[in-house]
Amino acid sequence: MSTNPRPLLTSRQVAERRTRSPHTSMFARMLIRAAMLRRGRAASALLAMIVAAAVATAMLNLYVDVQAKLRTEFRNYGANIVIVAKDNQPLPTDAITKIESVLGAKTLAVPFSYAVARTKDGQSVVVVGTDFTRARQLNPWWKVSRWPDGPHQVLVGMRAAAVVNPAANANGRENHAGPSREPFEISFQGKEIELTPAGMLQTGAGEDSRIYLDQSEFQDWTGIAPTTIEVAATGTAGELESDMRQLAEVLPSAEVRPVRQIMEGEANVLNKTRATLYASATLVVLTSALCVLATLIGWVFDRRRDFAIMKALGASERLVNGFFAAEAAALGIVGATLGFLIGVGVAVWIGRVNFHAPVVPRFSVFPYVLAGGIAVALIAAILPIEMLRRVQPAIILRGE
Amino acid sequence: MFPRIVYESFRRQARRKLLAGIAITLGVAVATAMIAVATDIGDKINRELRSYGANLVVTPQEDTLDVEVGGVNLKPPSDGTFLNEADLPKIRGTFWHNNIVGFSPTLPVAVKLNDGGGNKDVMLVGTYFNKALKFGKEDFTTGVRITHPWWKVSCGEVDKAAPKEGEKSGTTCGWPADDSEAVLLGDRLATKLSKRPGSTIDLNGRQFAVSGILSTGGPEDDQIVAPLAVAQEILGKPGAVRRVYVSALTKPPDALSARDPKTMTPEVYDRWYCSPYVESIAYQLQEAIPHSHAEQIRQVAQNEGTVLSRIKGLMLLVTLAALFASALAVSAAMATAIYERRVEVGLMKALGAGSFAVSAIFFAEALLLALAGGVAGFSAGALLAHQIGRSIFNSQISIEPVLFPIIIAIAVFVTFAGSAAAIRRAVKFDPVFALRGEG
Repeated sequence: MSTNPRPLLTSRQVAERRTRSPHTSMFARMLIRAAMLRRGRAASALLAMIVAAAVATAMLNLYVDVQAKLRTEFRNYGANIVIVAKDNQPLPTDAITKIESVLGAKTLAVPFSYAVARTKDGQSVVVVGTDFTRARQLNPWWKVSRWPDGPHQVLVGMRAAAVVNPAANANGRENHAGPSREPFEISFQGKEIELTPAGMLQTGAGEDSRIYLDQSEFQDWTGIAPTTIEVAATGTAGELESDMRQLAEVLPSAEVRPVRQIMEGEANVLNKTRATLYASATLVVLTSALCVLATLIGWVFDRRRDFAIMKALGASERLVNGFFAAEAAALGIVGATLGFLIGVGVAVWIGRVNFHAPVVPRFSVFPYVLAGGIAVALIAAILPIEMLRRVQPAIILRGE
Repeated sequence: MFPRIVYESFRRQARRKLLAGIAITLGVAVATAMIAVATDIGDKINRELRSYGANLVVTPQEDTLDVEVGGVNLKPPSDGTFLNEADLPKIRGTFWHNNIVGFSPTLPVAVKLNDGGGNKDVMLVGTYFNKALKFGKEDFTTGVRITHPWWKVSCGEVDKAAPKEGEKSGTTCGWPADDSEAVLLGDRLATKLSKRPGSTIDLNGRQFAVSGILSTGGPEDDQIVAPLAVAQEILGKPGAVRRVYVSALTKPPDALSARDPKTMTPEVYDRWYCSPYVESIAYQLQEAIPHSHAEQIRQVAQNEGTVLSRIKGLMLLVTLAALFASALAVSAAMATAIYERRVEVGLMKALGAGSFAVSAIFFAEALLLALAGGVAGFSAGALLAHQIGRSIFNSQISIEPVLFPIIIAIAVFVTFAGSAAAIRRAVKFDPVFALRGEG
């Protein structure tokens, strides 16, 4: 131990100061002085603990949150549940409200109704009535040159454009800028309507050969109510299954079907990602735990002299063990708490950088990080103490 | 003298050296495995994304308009132009043929289904299931089983519920062979007709065996799916194909991919052509198949880029965390190992060794440890990556040989960096205190 830094104080002054100072137990004083006197080593052990806890927290937070984030990302693929009217009966008019009340407001439900109309020169073309605002949210992959914003404005599929207005859209396929905005006439069961193309729709699938019109205008013209509702619901496979059961209950006249292509693709990619993340997180957490273990064992082992002096002064084995355990626990608690806060910060940062959405801090992770930190610290303290216990204090003090 | 000190240090303190070596090995192993996984994850996830199905469709150049509502085509598909089936293997000859996972042609035909109580209009789609084809010297198989992995063939529920007498048991159900005359029945259609595998259906007056019940969650549930040759025969147009769905591994879109190839300078065009963008693969398909038009299926093609870049970005950050953690573990082990040898340093200095000589010994030891730990860690990491690849993706995660020198260099650098502070402290330490045992 170092020499007394204040040798000028007389023994009476020291005694006086000690009686006036607040009474702290010897045990607590030893703990605090041990940390203060060897600031360098204690700080490096604490630093290792903080970093390891931070890395572990960030990984656990990400592991929990990334799945939710990726699920939202997967909803860009569009609907995963389709509700179809049975036997050509229209769906109830309040179907959308019912769906939203079952699944919550964050679900997207888009109605579609179909009719086959005829152009002036007798060609058949499918006209679809829908809600443009919702369809736009549901299908972000639709490439649309301009969305309709006025009465009787329609979206014309890329292939349909050539049919409704052959002259102007002769090279329709190459004309990515948009179709001619010249109005065209179209009839359904003798009822004619004049529609203005607002923009061109390009998807590479069936939508390309259709014309999209606003639902209410479509219904005024054809009298056909929506027969299909496409729903984009977010959740795990189990949640989606119960969602579908509930939908089938509130809409007995309709058939509720999963879009297997979307659901299975998502499950596949998500499972693989989760497994990879899990493996990586385990590796990272293990590595950082090992790092803490190595540092702490070095730290405790280094203090074998303190250990020997305590024993030489007659401290019981229980007291010595308790002292080192308390020290390790304190280090674990402080390190894990600070590390947790930093780790949450890192997770939020990763969420912002990678997913452009904040990761919600999971405080439920904290008990695990805390328990892990204390456990690692205790193991790191007990291992060297067990080794030293068998050694005579005299040998350690002689420096052998 | 110098080599002897280092040699003796390793010989006499074998256990301590082993501990530091293990720490380095573990750190390097984790780093190697994570780098290998992170560099390969893009390719692996890209393949998994193919479970969303085809991302390109090839149609005849002068295609007619589809009039289709809810899976029922209201227009006779017999008019219009077709692609030639004989051209399809040429897809294997395009520049990015290694990126093409599979393709399947389709040919829809309207048929009259006689279910005893009269005729009914049903769509029959001809396609490849798992057809063996040949391009040049290369043999390959392709079909919906590769491009549409969510299609499931079962024996149907009718089978278990009411096994009728005199009919074959469900053992024959499954995918039909591409050269057979057996068909798959969509599951809703099968329920309506109460047909099950083993029975026959009457299409346009001809009998076809049902080999299985197909469930897709799409319009095919109300249709009949048959080998392509059957559909061509019903239509009376041998070799005709209406559409080809192509499933290809693509690169996420960027500024270059969105440009029109017609406006590019020759160098930019070459770069565009030689990048596996969905646009350039479509362009090459168009070149390979005469009179065709290839288009990306935006629902699949546009989204995979975002999903892919998100997962890649995530793995990159996780890899950085792993590298950081293993660097820390290595430095911590080295610092502890050196700190414990203050007495030795004191002795050396008391005998007249300069700071440089002492540091040189420690750095030489660190170098040896880093090299040994690096080689062992690299092999262990390669094994770990291999295991991860096998258990998660069912395929090999390849380790680039170029990674080896990089990993060794990183190991040496991290070991040096981790030792530097400890060595500096040990060298600065007063030998008198060290020798008196007042550390």
